[in-house]
Amino acid sequence: MSRRQLMVAAVLLLAACALPFAVSDYRTFQFTLALVYATALLGLNLLTGYNGQISLGHGAFYAIGAYCTAILMDQYGVPYWATLPVAAAVCLGVGFLFGLPALRLEGLYLALATFALGVSLPSLLKYHDLEKWTGGVQGIVINKPQPPLFFSSLGLPINQDQWLYYFTLAVTVLMFVLAWNLLRGRIGRAMVAIRDQHTAAEAMGVNTAMVKSLTFGVSAMYTGVAGALGAIAIQYVAPDSFNFFLSIVFLVGIVIGGLASISGAVYGALFIQFVPNIADEISKAAPWAIFGVFLIGFVYLMPTGVAGAVRMALARLTRKAQNP
Amino acid sequence: MKLKLAPIAALLAVALASPAALAQKKYDPGASDTEIKIGNTNPYSGPASSYGTIGKAISAYWKMVNEKGGVNGRKINFISYDDGYSPPKTVEMVRKLVEQDNVLFVFQTLGTPPNTAIHKYMNAKQVPQAFVATGATKWNDPRNFPWTMGWQPNYQTEGRIYAAHILKSNPRAKIGVLYQNDDYGKDYLKGFKDGLGDKVGMIVKEVSYEVADPTVDSQIVQLQASGADTFFNITIPKFAAQAIRKAYDTGWKPTHYLNSVSASVGSVIKPAGPEKAVGIISTAYIKDPTDPQWKDDPAMKEWETFMKKYYPEGNPVDPFNVYAYAVSQTLHQVLKQSGDNLTRANVMKQAASLKKYRPETLLPKIYINTGAGDFAPIESEQLTRFDGQTFKLFGEVIGK
Amino acid sequence: MEAFLHQVLAGLATGGIYASLALALVMIYQATHLVNFAQGEMAMFATYIAWTLVNAGMPYWPAFLLTVGFAFVLGVVIERVIIRPVENAPVLAVVVVFIALLIILNSVTGWIYTYTIKTFPSPFPTQPVFGKYMSAHEGGAIGVTLVVLLALYAFFRFTPLGLALRAAAQNPESARLVGIRVGWMLALGWGLAAAVGAVAGMMVAPIVYLDPNMMGGVLLYAFAAALVGGIDNPAGAVFGGFLVGVLENVLGAFVIGNELKLAVALVLIIGVLVVKPSGFFGKVLVTRV
Repeated sequence: MSRRQLMVAAVLLLAACALPFAVSDYRTFQFTLALVYATALLGLNLLTGYNGQISLGHGAFYAIGAYCTAILMDQYGVPYWATLPVAAAVCLGVGFLFGLPALRLEGLYLALATFALGVSLPSLLKYHDLEKWTGGVQGIVINKPQPPLFFSSLGLPINQDQWLYYFTLAVTVLMFVLAWNLLRGRIGRAMVAIRDQHTAAEAMGVNTAMVKSLTFGVSAMYTGVAGALGAIAIQYVAPDSFNFFLSIVFLVGIVIGGLASISGAVYGALFIQFVPNIADEISKAAPWAIFGVFLIGFVYLMPTGVAGAVRMALARLTRKAQNP
Repeated sequence: MKLKLAPIAALLAVALASPAALAQKKYDPGASDTEIKIGNTNPYSGPASSYGTIGKAISAYWKMVNEKGGVNGRKINFISYDDGYSPPKTVEMVRKLVEQDNVLFVFQTLGTPPNTAIHKYMNAKQVPQAFVATGATKWNDPRNFPWTMGWQPNYQTEGRIYAAHILKSNPRAKIGVLYQNDDYGKDYLKGFKDGLGDKVGMIVKEVSYEVADPTVDSQIVQLQASGADTFFNITIPKFAAQAIRKAYDTGWKPTHYLNSVSASVGSVIKPAGPEKAVGIISTAYIKDPTDPQWKDDPAMKEWETFMKKYYPEGNPVDPFNVYAYAVSQTLHQVLKQSGDNLTRANVMKQAASLKKYRPETLLPKIYINTGAGDFAPIESEQLTRFDGQTFKLFGEVIGK
Repeated sequence: MEAFLHQVLAGLATGGIYASLALALVMIYQATHLVNFAQGEMAMFATYIAWTLVNAGMPYWPAFLLTVGFAFVLGVVIERVIIRPVENAPVLAVVVVFIALLIILNSVTGWIYTYTIKTFPSPFPTQPVFGKYMSAHEGGAIGVTLVVLLALYAFFRFTPLGLALRAAAQNPESARLVGIRVGWMLALGWGLAAAVGAVAGMMVAPIVYLDPNMMGGVLLYAFAAALVGGIDNPAGAVFGGFLVGVLENVLGAFVIGNELKLAVALVLIIGVLVVKPSGFFGKVLVTRV
């Protein structure tokens, strides 16, 4: 990472840390959700943007992560932060297992398979034989985490919403750094090679089957951790919160944010968190129509996503600076 | 000696004015001398969007009230957001209403999962979650959740009423059940099974469907094949119409119990075909706008005028719009009773002090009663039977 | 046995619904090599137009024909105005535009017509056919779907215009070189698909009742049906639709119960696709390295 990129990242991180003290609890809560979506979108972007495997069912992994957390907290009294590694491990496994048969499918067929996953998961969650685990249609209510006593003992009062924000921020930053590392390395290059020239990659000795399945697993893990964080932030999970529309929203998020881009995940998350509210303020009668118009507008103006547009703008600026 | 009237008059004036002067105005956030802010979420989009007309009708009601001078001289600022029936969105929107819009209380939030998601939050923040739009049983728990109150008769009670009727009129019935696979369907089913008690074996087949399913034809065929001669139909209007029509077309003629959510002549029976619906039994607590027996009823005429003037784009055959009117009238009464004491605690107190109150859009002999230990405003309903033209009430009013 | 037969026939009836929308999906794919997720909503919107006409007093068949014409024009307009600007964008960006269309159509229809269900008339007589197992309308709808299928087959196979359409989709550059106006071929493809969708919508609405969310559930099944029959094969799509309908009903009634029938039906379809990736009747495409 160049020095300039490092400085930008540091500035952003500082701003993010200062946020809860500058805005109301309600806004802090909204930004917590935006962070959650950023992690979820990063997961999907790893799979679809960097590896070229389309998924119309990532909402399912989000749901699995959320339910892991909810069940562990509600039935086994596990503290909220300890549920995250479990959710990560479970989703990694499920994603990998799903990725194996998906190797045979491509393009539209993979889309259908993931579509099927996204659509059927709510039915599975409601299945009456699984009800004593999942709470069935009533869902599971969990308790809001308290900030550790450490802070109040230091005389620094932070409330529950602020604590949740920092907790989510810490996990999100960690996940982003891990992803950045992964993409920079050998596996990351293999992922992109498979996306761009599948046969050539195989001819060069890349174990495409392994990489593709692993990518599925890691991608599911990211979205699963996001789901777990989301469950903690909302303190409630129910099957119909994770319907097919959620998977569509994730797909929209990565396209608008920018495919194959880490910063794209952040832009996309801000879009899907805040633009529906803006659309609602513009038109009470048909807010989703306004949202659809926003979508089309963004795609027209920035076909490579916000990240792509930012990249092009920066490139033009530096070119101008170099050739005054 | 002439009585000095002026000093006596002055004394009287002071004596009479004092209590009024002593009754100060008390406000919590959202209330002021000129307005009362009320918050709401409704599914205006998504698969449950057919319920969204309730929020729109309520909004129209308060517009009407404002034009007539408001409540105790204050205008009602009714703020309603779309939550798409998605609990995370409900949490976000309700937090916005409470923390950013500073509403006095939240009214008629719709759906069991959405309300479950905000249940703890509202009680922790001590903001009333008033007259929630769901028939689940858990809203009547003043000891643990003193800031939450339901309104409509709960689904389990209704299920029990049908079970009792079957046990009495056809104790050897073979029952088939079709239910929506969500909290609404399962709540009805639970009440029904509880009502059958140890005779729950009378249910020979229960089949479910999802809201996203295109038709329930396959489910009806399954029920017919099971040999059931009694049918408990727990479906929302679109599927209720399909079920009624398919049952008739396949020649299955069970004793048909239809849940009250779908017992509407205009939204369900007419599309299905009235001749196919003769004999259907349901319960009701609100007047059906398409029922000819209320054609000249003054309360319904008032409602029709309201719809024409304030909510013309609303559907005049949709009973959800009468529901919205009735529950708004109830809140209107609560606000009137609150007078100038517009604290959140007082609003809850007044909501829990309704004695034999009746908005006239409710069926005759149905009353709203609440108390410190009774957070279930409407607990009575009456059985009705469709005779080809209207749902005729029969039997006694059941419940308190 | 009778119950089984009944479920199969009911499955054919719902399968007819899936088949008709699957046909529209395949049409659009054949013309543009894209799956249009907004196809269901376009069909639903066209059906509402028909409903408005019928409600205003127009008799059924003129309203039907007028609506099909309107849908054709709508399809062409959408392609020229909305899809054309993103022709060269990445595939997923185009998919997002389709999703946006879906959302806009659904939201606008709900706003104009409200979400209360409406009845839509049927041109077929009301007494049941095949004993009590299938209504005349359901049988008639299947018939109409088959007629549309035959018409499309004849169009693509035997007319120069159909050939030009297929050429434009398969190999736009070469098609341009032989003088085919590729842009207008795409628009024509969209128009035809929208028209087929409108027919599907008008056949489906009397069965499921008209409301803005009418096609939402159908889209998934239609997608699965189109794929299982071979995404480039209209007859396959129709076959796929019937297969999915019957499978779903039989599984739900006799095997797995209604709660999981969707999941199991989809698993089976994916199983088929894993074994035979181009579907039952699709062409196997061999790509040169």
